[in-house]
Amino acid sequence: MSDRAAPGQRPPALAIRGLAKRFGSKVAVNSIFLDVPAGSFYGLVGPNGAGKTTSLSMATGLLRPDAGQVWVHGVDVWGSPLEAKRLMGLLPDGVRLFDRLTGEQLVTYAGLLRGMDKDTVADRVKDLLATLDLAKDAGTLVVDYSAGMTKKIALASALIHAPRLLVLDEPFESVDPVSAANIKDILNSYVESGGTVIVSSHVMDLVQRMCDHVAVIAGGNVLAAGTVDEVRGGLSLEDKFVELVGGRNQTAGLQWLRTS
Amino acid sequence: MQVVGLVIGGLYGLGILAMVMVGLVALGAQGPEAIGTVIVLAGSALFLGWLIIPVVASGLDMTLDPARFTTYSIPMKSLLAGLALSSFIGVPGAVTLLATVGTAAAWWQHPLSALVAVLCGALAALTCIVASRAITAASASLASSRKFKDFSGMVLLVPLILLGPIITGVTAGIQDLQEYLPSLANTLSWTPLGAVWAVPAEVAAGHWVLAGAKLVIALAAVAALTLIWKICLAKALVTPAYAGSSRRSAGHMGFFKLFAATPTGAVAARSMTYWFRDPRYGTGLIMAPLLPLVFVFAGSQAAGTGSLGITLGLGGVLAAFLIVWSISSDISYDNTAFALHLAAGVSGTADRSGRALAAGTLGLLLGVLYAVVGAGIGGSWALLPATLGLTIGVVGSALGLASVFSSRFTMNAPLPGDSPMKSRPGNNFPAMLVQLAGFAGVGVLIVPELVLTIIALATHQPLFGWISLAVGVVLGGALLLAGIRMGAGQYNRRAPELLLAVSADR
Ligand SMILES: Nc1ncnc2c1ncn2[C@@H]1O[C@H](COP(=O)(O)OP(=O)(O)OP(=O)(O)O)[C@@H](O)[C@H]1O
Ligand SMILES: [Mg+2]
Repeated sequence: MSDRAAPGQRPPALAIRGLAKRFGSKVAVNSIFLDVPAGSFYGLVGPNGAGKTTSLSMATGLLRPDAGQVWVHGVDVWGSPLEAKRLMGLLPDGVRLFDRLTGEQLVTYAGLLRGMDKDTVADRVKDLLATLDLAKDAGTLVVDYSAGMTKKIALASALIHAPRLLVLDEPFESVDPVSAANIKDILNSYVESGGTVIVSSHVMDLVQRMCDHVAVIAGGNVLAAGTVDEVRGGLSLEDKFVELVGGRNQTAGLQWLRTS
Repeated sequence: MQVVGLVIGGLYGLGILAMVMVGLVALGAQGPEAIGTVIVLAGSALFLGWLIIPVVASGLDMTLDPARFTTYSIPMKSLLAGLALSSFIGVPGAVTLLATVGTAAAWWQHPLSALVAVLCGALAALTCIVASRAITAASASLASSRKFKDFSGMVLLVPLILLGPIITGVTAGIQDLQEYLPSLANTLSWTPLGAVWAVPAEVAAGHWVLAGAKLVIALAAVAALTLIWKICLAKALVTPAYAGSSRRSAGHMGFFKLFAATPTGAVAARSMTYWFRDPRYGTGLIMAPLLPLVFVFAGSQAAGTGSLGITLGLGGVLAAFLIVWSISSDISYDNTAFALHLAAGVSGTADRSGRALAAGTLGLLLGVLYAVVGAGIGGSWALLPATLGLTIGVVGSALGLASVFSSRFTMNAPLPGDSPMKSRPGNNFPAMLVQLAGFAGVGVLIVPELVLTIIALATHQPLFGWISLAVGVVLGGALLLAGIRMGAGQYNRRAPELLLAVSADR
């Protein structure tokens, strides 16, 4: 196994080296480099179409990169995918679920697919459904779930095998505040116990409060990366983001939208 | 565009109306009994149409959906009257009103009946509208539920497949029916369906008491329907348009309890669940078993009932093939849900063999069932091994080839949640070529069993049947294993590309 991306004793939870992807003539991700330290709570922020989903898909083995390499805890994702995927839990954005299964069946399915034994799966499914406030709807088909419930059941499927690295693409979208707080608690104690979390989000405030590291992506490039304090440099993360990314409209706005 | 549609619809309606009026006037030359019979039968059919069409069409379009009025607060009485009146403004309502009032034209020889027919016609038209409104309101919450959509989409297919046998049956039945029609009309005239239409005929015959009784039935029917409509509408107005199925708590693991708790078993349990719960698979599961019956029917038309057993067995082979071959587009049917297999690092072997296990179980069960039933009916137990050999050979070979195909090609399949009959835009030609190549491939792979089975059936020599069975088990099993191995290797190499291909397909 190649270890050249693993500096020091403890390899980073995720090491991205020169990942690139283009769709036709559109460059979605333009050769990015990123180190996600083990045990960090890492935020990935960027405007719509920045390439966050594309980068995370390549880093987790869902989308084959045009160039570049990825290591998860020192394991080459595209070289030994099965081994790397055991270490990762993934909440993808914009993909369907096997939604003709009930919530309980879906999470069980995710566990069994990973080769876990039946009793462990059953115990963890019960815990997860209770913690995510889905126990009452465990027997409802996922197709009949609301958007927030769907997010939560997908999150449960990502957690079932107790991965060392969690990759969550927009985990808080359409989730209610109480469930969001519950999810944050779960993630915080997961990080405290040594796990690593990567979340992509548009909500700067949330990233600033929750994460210890952050990377700003726009147009397929990493504009800034490091601890949250390094990146924001005294400004609020939101202001720093706008400064980095630009694109604020300086015109007078929609004149006709004034009521007086 | 809507205006154009309205004009075309209006012209179409006028055409129908003109034809009906000409028919009615011509009918008037007959005696009062014949006129009565025809109008009662046609009128009952009209009622049925107004009752059934909105329900069937509701899956496609809900123009009469009470849920649309939820946000307006209109007093119930005005709402009912307004909705009823507005129905007469549309083309179907207006044509119905003109045609029902126009039944007076058939009574040109009996002026008093004609006058009664005008009043009864108006009442009949109102009944049509109220009945269809009532049934739409009653089914509104039903029709917007996912289960109803899934179910109606699949069940509507059954008469379509059996169209041939049904038409033959009906045409044979109509000859007997002709003597039966007057008594049918008489019975109908005592039900809400036919009562209102029979009143003018009773008047013409001078049966005043009967005319009065039937009018009472008709009036009672309208009153009852209005009441039903009012109650259902009131209920529909306060319930949200879509209330999902009721909450169910944990403990219903279904097929997951049946299959082993391994990746392969889990994939099989998931596939099996989809065969029964996803209408895109469910339609296949409904259609496949009906196919041998259509075969038997066609066979019995052509060659009498002597070959019934054999036809049933061979039809079963085809049914089994249709089921197992459908896994050739399994990943296209998964669509992006397939990402879970990829993220979980499912091995190609587990993915391929799980899917094959589910479809193979269903296909084999169906094929063997038809072979055994066919042998029983035809009394040809000695030839059972021959059909079984072909069935097993086809299931094994088709599963093997489909396992290779589905890890190589994706196609433009209906999306999850879409109607199974929905055709998707896009270039389907390559996919059709792939399917044809697959059929041809299976055809080549099963040549040994096919030849042996044909020899056995033609010569009535059971020995060839036993050889066919042995070859089917060995060759089919070998091809299945080889197919899963090849498919698995391909899957391991190409899974990300498969996901990309199906995600382009959103
Ligand atoms: N399958 C695809 N085919 C073609 N173009 C794609 C595909 N997937 C992504 N893109 C393009 O790649 C670019 C990056 O998309 P991506 O989904 O990674 O953005 P994102 O940062 O996740 O955006 P958002 O915040 O809206 O989720 C976009 O311009 C998008 O149009
Ligand atoms: Mg995204």
